[in-house]
Amino acid sequence: MNNTENNISATGRALGDSTIEIREMHKWYGEFHVLRDINLDVKSGERIVVCGPSGSGKSTMIRCINRLEEHQKGDIIVDGVELTNDLKNIEAVRREVGMVFQHFNLFPHLTVLENCTLAPIWVRKQPKAEAEATAMKYLERVKIPDQALKYPGQLSGGQQQRVAIARSLCMSPKVMLFDEPTSALDPEMIKEVLDVMIELAEEGMTMICVTHEMGFAKTVADRVIFMDEGQIIEENEPEQFFNNPQSERTQLFLSQILAH
Amino acid sequence: MSATPTANTAANTSLFAKLWYNKENRSIIVQILAALALLWFFGSMVLNAVHNLEALGKGFSFNFLEQPASYDINQHLIEYSSRSSHFTAMMVGIINTLLIAVAGIILATVLGFILGVLRLSKNWLIDKLAYCYIEFVRNVPVLLHILLIHGIVVHSLPKPKQAINFADTTFLTNRGVFMPSPEYLPLFKFVVAAFIVGVIFAWFFRKFAKGLQEKKGTQLPVFWVSLFSIIGLPAITFLALGQPVEWDIPELKGFNYKGGMVIRPEFLALWLALSFYTAAFIAEIVRAGILAVNHGQTEASMALGLPRNKTLNLVVIPQALRVIVPPLSSQYLNLTKNSSLAIAIGYMDVTATIGGISLNQTGREMECMMIVMAIYLTFSLIISASMNYYNKRIALVER
Repeated sequence: MNNTENNISATGRALGDSTIEIREMHKWYGEFHVLRDINLDVKSGERIVVCGPSGSGKSTMIRCINRLEEHQKGDIIVDGVELTNDLKNIEAVRREVGMVFQHFNLFPHLTVLENCTLAPIWVRKQPKAEAEATAMKYLERVKIPDQALKYPGQLSGGQQQRVAIARSLCMSPKVMLFDEPTSALDPEMIKEVLDVMIELAEEGMTMICVTHEMGFAKTVADRVIFMDEGQIIEENEPEQFFNNPQSERTQLFLSQILAH
Repeated sequence: MSATPTANTAANTSLFAKLWYNKENRSIIVQILAALALLWFFGSMVLNAVHNLEALGKGFSFNFLEQPASYDINQHLIEYSSRSSHFTAMMVGIINTLLIAVAGIILATVLGFILGVLRLSKNWLIDKLAYCYIEFVRNVPVLLHILLIHGIVVHSLPKPKQAINFADTTFLTNRGVFMPSPEYLPLFKFVVAAFIVGVIFAWFFRKFAKGLQEKKGTQLPVFWVSLFSIIGLPAITFLALGQPVEWDIPELKGFNYKGGMVIRPEFLALWLALSFYTAAFIAEIVRAGILAVNHGQTEASMALGLPRNKTLNLVVIPQALRVIVPPLSSQYLNLTKNSSLAIAIGYMDVTATIGGISLNQTGREMECMMIVMAIYLTFSLIISASMNYYNKRIALVER
C-alpha cells in the first residue's frame, strides 16, 4: 500500500507515511449500528473532506480518532499508537491531534490567551512566557492578536472559532480534526474561518474536515469522502467526486446540495 | 391630524398635567408618596408600641442588661456564672450561636460536596444511596432531625458508669462525649513555631513553584510539599521533642466524668442535625452546578490532551462554582437561622439566652427581641456580603 505512487496527492504534493489508519472499525450506540466497517488511511500532509447527510456518522467517525467516542470493533492507529482502553495512550494521541468543534467550546472563564496557553502549560509543561509567545504567534496567524486579553464571551462567533483553531495549533498537533467548524456561523463569518483553514492547509497540515462547504472541498481537499448510514459510500479526488460521482446515493446528495 | 398635537400641548399646560404626564416627574412623585406612606406606617407602629408599653408601666430601656442574669448556662466559652449580667449571658449565647453556625457550615459543606459528587457517580448503587439519603433528609423538617438525633444521643448512649470507652481516654455517654484536653508544656512553643515556619515555607514554595513553572515549565508537587511542611514539620518537631503535652484525661467521679473536654449532647445533636439537613440541599446544588457545565467543555479540554483530574480542576470546577455559590450562600444563611431551633433541646444559643430566659425573667420582650433580631441580621448580612464578594470575583465576563 505504501508505494511511492500512493504518496503523491491529487494536488501533486508529496505525502508522508500514514498518520491515521482505521481498519474495519465498527461502532454501536446500544443496538444502533452507527459506523459500519470503516476503512481509512490518512497520509501525513493529506487533507480530507468528509461529507454526507446529517446522521450519517461523519462526526462520530472523526470523534473516534481522538477517542471522544469509543469504537467497539476494529483498529484505529494514530501516529503509531493504537487506541485502546489505555488512558496513557489516549492522552498521548490527544496531545498530537487537535480538534475544532462546531460550537467552538472555548473556556469562558479564561481569556483568549489563557485558552491558548492552558494545554501547553499543563500538558506540554512549557514555561508560561514561551507558551504565551507561541499563543501570540498563532493568534496573529488567525488575525486576532489584539483580542488576546478579552474573554470568549466578548468575541463574535467567527472570532471565537479562529481562537479555537489557534488554541489547537498551540499544541503543535500532527493532525487537525474539524467537526463542522462553520455550521454555527453567520455567512459573513464563514469566510474568515475558511480563509484560516485554507491557509493552514497550504502550509501542509494534515487535516480531516467534516463540512458542508463544497467550495472548500474543491479548493483544498486531496480526497473527498462521502458517508451515508454509517458507511463510506464513495471516496475520490475532488474533481472526480464532483464531476463524475459513481454511486447513485452520492449523485442524489450532490444534486441536492449543489442545486441552489 | 396636524392640529391634534397642538391642541394637546395647549391642554397639558396646567401644573398637574406638567408633573403627572412627564415620565421622570411622575416617578419622583410616586416615590415621595410611597416614602410618606411607609413613614406613617412605621411611625404609628412605634407610637402604638410606646403607648402600650407605657400603659403596662414598662418604659423602653436597655438598663436590664447590667442586672445579674441569675441562671446557669452549661456550655460557656467565656467566664460566666449565674451572678454574671444579662449582657454576659447574651455574649455566651452569641458565641454558642457562632460556634454552631461555623461548625455546621463547615461540616455541611464537606458532606454536601461529597454527596453531590456521589450523586453523579456512574456506580448505580452509590448514586441511588446518595439519592435516598438526600430525598429522605431534605423532606423531613429540620426540627424533627434535631429531636431525633438528640433522642438517639440521650437515650441510646449509656450512662457515665457504663460509658463506651475508647482506649481509656475518650468516653461516649448520654451526658456528652468526654475527651482528654491538652495541657501544653513549655517546649510546645517550638511545635507552634514549627507550624508557623511550615506555613511560611509553604507560601514561599508556592511562589517559587509558580515562578519556576513560568520560567522553565517544570511542575513541582506543590500540594504534597505544602501538606508535608504544614502538617509533617510540626508533627516531627512534636515527636522529636518527646511529645511536650500532658493530657488531662477525664475520670469518673461520682455520677459523671470530671476533667478533660466535653462535647455536650445538645451541641452534638444540633450540630449533626443541622449539618446533615443542610448537606442534603448543598448536595443538590453541587450536582446541579457540575451538570450545568456544558459537556463540550470537558470534551474540548480532553481533546487538548488534559487528563481527567486537570480537566476537572482547571475547566469544570471553576465554571461550576459560578452556579453553585449564590444558592450555597442562601443555604449558609438558612443553617445559621435554623440554629435558633436550639431552644427545642436546650442548647443555649442567642435565642435561648437573651431571647428566652433573660426575656422571661426581665419581661423586656420588646428590647430582647430587637437585640436577637439585630444579632441574626448582622450574622446574615456578613455571610451574604462575603459570599457576594466571592461571587463577584469569580463572575463570568461577557460583552
